Amino acid sequence: MAARSKMILGRVAQAIPVVMGVVVISFLLTRALPGDPAAYFAGPAADEASIAEIRETLGLDEPLFQQFFYYVGDLIRGDLGTSLTTGQAVLTDLGARLPASLELTLVALLLSCAIAIPLGVLAATRPGTWVDHLCRVLVTAGVSMPTFFTGILLIYIFYYLAGLAPSPLGRLDFIYLSPPHVTGFYLIDAALAGDWETWLGALKQLILPATTLALFTLAPIARMTRAAMLSALSSDFIRTARAAGLSDRKVLFGYAFRNALLPVVTTLGMVFSFTLGANVLVEKVFAWPGIGSYAVEALVVSDYAAVQGFVLAMALLFVALNLVIDIAYALIDPRIGLN
Amino acid sequence: MLSIKDLSVAFKTRKGEVNAVRGISLDVAKGKTLGIVGESGSGKSVTSYALMRILDAGGEIRTGEVVYGGIDLRAASERDMRDIRGREISMIFQNPRAALNPIRRVGHQVEDVLIQHAQATRQDANAKAIAALEAVKINDAAARYDAYPFELSGGMCQRIVIAIALACKPQLLIADEPTTGLDITTQKAVMDLVGDLTRERGMGMILITHDLGLASQYCDRIVVMKDGLIVEEGDPHKLFTDPQHAYTRKLVDATPRVGASIRNLLPPETRTAEPAHKVHDRPLLEVRDLVKTYPGKSGPVQAVKSISFQIKSGQSLGLVGESGSGKSTTSEMVVRLQDPTSGNILFDGQDIAATASARFMRHPMRGEIQMVFQDATDSLNPRGTAASAIAEPLARIAKMRGSKLNARVAELAELVGLPQPLLSRFPHQLSGGQKARVGIARAIALEPKLLILDEPTAALDVSIQAIVLNLLVDLRAQMGMSYLFVSHDLNVVRLLCDEVLVMKQGEIVDRGPTASVMDNPSHTYTRSLIEAAPQPPNPVAA
Repeated sequence: MAARSKMILGRVAQAIPVVMGVVVISFLLTRALPGDPAAYFAGPAADEASIAEIRETLGLDEPLFQQFFYYVGDLIRGDLGTSLTTGQAVLTDLGARLPASLELTLVALLLSCAIAIPLGVLAATRPGTWVDHLCRVLVTAGVSMPTFFTGILLIYIFYYLAGLAPSPLGRLDFIYLSPPHVTGFYLIDAALAGDWETWLGALKQLILPATTLALFTLAPIARMTRAAMLSALSSDFIRTARAAGLSDRKVLFGYAFRNALLPVVTTLGMVFSFTLGANVLVEKVFAWPGIGSYAVEALVVSDYAAVQGFVLAMALLFVALNLVIDIAYALIDPRIGLN
Repeated sequence: MLSIKDLSVAFKTRKGEVNAVRGISLDVAKGKTLGIVGESGSGKSVTSYALMRILDAGGEIRTGEVVYGGIDLRAASERDMRDIRGREISMIFQNPRAALNPIRRVGHQVEDVLIQHAQATRQDANAKAIAALEAVKINDAAARYDAYPFELSGGMCQRIVIAIALACKPQLLIADEPTTGLDITTQKAVMDLVGDLTRERGMGMILITHDLGLASQYCDRIVVMKDGLIVEEGDPHKLFTDPQHAYTRKLVDATPRVGASIRNLLPPETRTAEPAHKVHDRPLLEVRDLVKTYPGKSGPVQAVKSISFQIKSGQSLGLVGESGSGKSTTSEMVVRLQDPTSGNILFDGQDIAATASARFMRHPMRGEIQMVFQDATDSLNPRGTAASAIAEPLARIAKMRGSKLNARVAELAELVGLPQPLLSRFPHQLSGGQKARVGIARAIALEPKLLILDEPTAALDVSIQAIVLNLLVDLRAQMGMSYLFVSHDLNVVRLLCDEVLVMKQGEIVDRGPTASVMDNPSHTYTRSLIEAAPQPPNPVAA
């Protein structure tokens, strides 16, 4: 166990240079974008002299590495600059919007796993039967429909026709007050506050967009689970377990499933990262105040501080995600980390 | 105790039905060991899976009955079968490392079986699992309990598999090639352990093996299977000395043993005179103070510790040792696939160790030293035809092209006895023996002076091994090649090699002319290797 915690600590330490690299790249990337921030700040009526003056006050006339130090200094103080469109500090904006996106993505993935993994396991244990075919149909349908289409379809059926879902306008209907901010996840914050009415309201808002995303992410997870289970079930050690008279349940879950988990976790990591990206469309359709729509809006109006903040936040998120996946590997498979 | 009558098993495949077992009958008496001997595809393993009812998907028992202690196993419910498996009849398998769940502690795997069969409760499972590990003579069982299979040696893994099989004190043990892939001394230790335990407990055993020598040593009766049928059944000694069926005779002949020459392995009607090979006095290869050190987790590991030897032109040198002895590392350094840490490899007087292995493929001597690899299947590109495998070194190193290349490939196929129509086939369309021929043709394509053979017959059936070994003897005489023959099978080395080196833990512990080393081993390790090898009774001359 000591060796494993040492390995996990080592892995955390490895993330540090990656984070530094991300800071450098997010800085350089924004410098590489077209457009002159000084001219932008000065406004359309400014002349050469006032632009130059603003450039000087912004420090844009200084050498690049000098500017980089200012940037890093600001970062350390937690200052990501101010967004031009919202007029608020980028950090505040991200703090409000990132949890919205994460809540949506995580709920969608939970939902997706809850369906895809049992489906994949069932399909693998009964290849060629109706479960297997159902799995295949669902997987193909889910991946071939674009998220904005599924989203609109779900709104049409459940909001417009059936009237079961609340209006697809953001995270909470206007009749509720948003719960006191603790984590930024409405479901958690409302539960912490004991406000179950708000909790239910937030859940209702969440169901349709989360289902939309879940349908989209179902395919890779179900497929990978099926394939990994099939290969695990044909292993020699499954034959040993069966020859020793272990029950089907034990063989399936205690032996095959744990061994199949590794590729599934890998897929889950990949799905999580592309879902964060694919969020934008879903967020637009459901007027979800998430980080994806924020970034698109900022990019359209050349709001560089916001874009920079977004890139940095996403990069850090991915680094953290990879870290979590690596640690999950080490916990599942004792062979990893010792060789 | 167990009685099988007229059992037949069929598999549904895409190409239609395959009858793996075609009506066999056999009995196992309490406390007795029955050997089922046969080559790959004979249906010997399928028989055991069928009686345990753990056939792979698509497999089905067609006819016959299997009765164990009065219970009809074919008619028993799945629930009853589960109680019988592990509790009454249990199995051990080949490739023990793969037979264990790789991510579960071995102690827990033993516990699973104990708890399943109500032999232990959650409270005393730990103690009983440790006792089961101690029963298979695992030292420091309490510490091993927490180990994962990848942390244990192959022999240790097989002991764990045996512990799992015997934990619930079954009455019948089915051992399916239990020692394939294990070292010869480990093989002996495992077989002795299984033999002792079954005898102590009065258990019946079915030993499934391709090794007639092994079966003759540990079985009370042997049945010989071929193509899903039992061709002969009888007392082991009698099978060896007086085989009735032609196939049994072929198997007996093909089993390498003391006193047989390499031609004796072949069926009598195909035996020709053994060609003599000429050994010159001039050394072809001289290895001096060769050292290989790997960086390890806990300090550097010395795989090869300053060894020196030489191979004369035309000579065949056997390199014998168990896994971890450094024999494969040594052969890879000689063939220049690995760089030595220090030392010289003089080939025709030139130090080829001076050229890094990564650049040796452009060295003019690349064509002079070639290798035949252990696994004929894995060492062929699955997407390339036999012809393209043989043509590869000719095109790359000899820069041969067009019709000249094709002619040479055809000539080589002829030389190794590979029928011309097979040249356009892919590896999966060839049998094991045919793939071995392709591997040999590829290695001799450039007419090397030195051929390194890394256990070239380890994955082959004995009758195919006999043919391949004889082919190697013919080629050696024909082309005047020197061989460095790496093997763990002393009986094979004895047949083929002029001199032998015995390696242990990176050092050469014994060396000399093969006959004198084998007959009068000076080192205790050599003696233990020779004693561990199964000694089949010598058949009467045909």
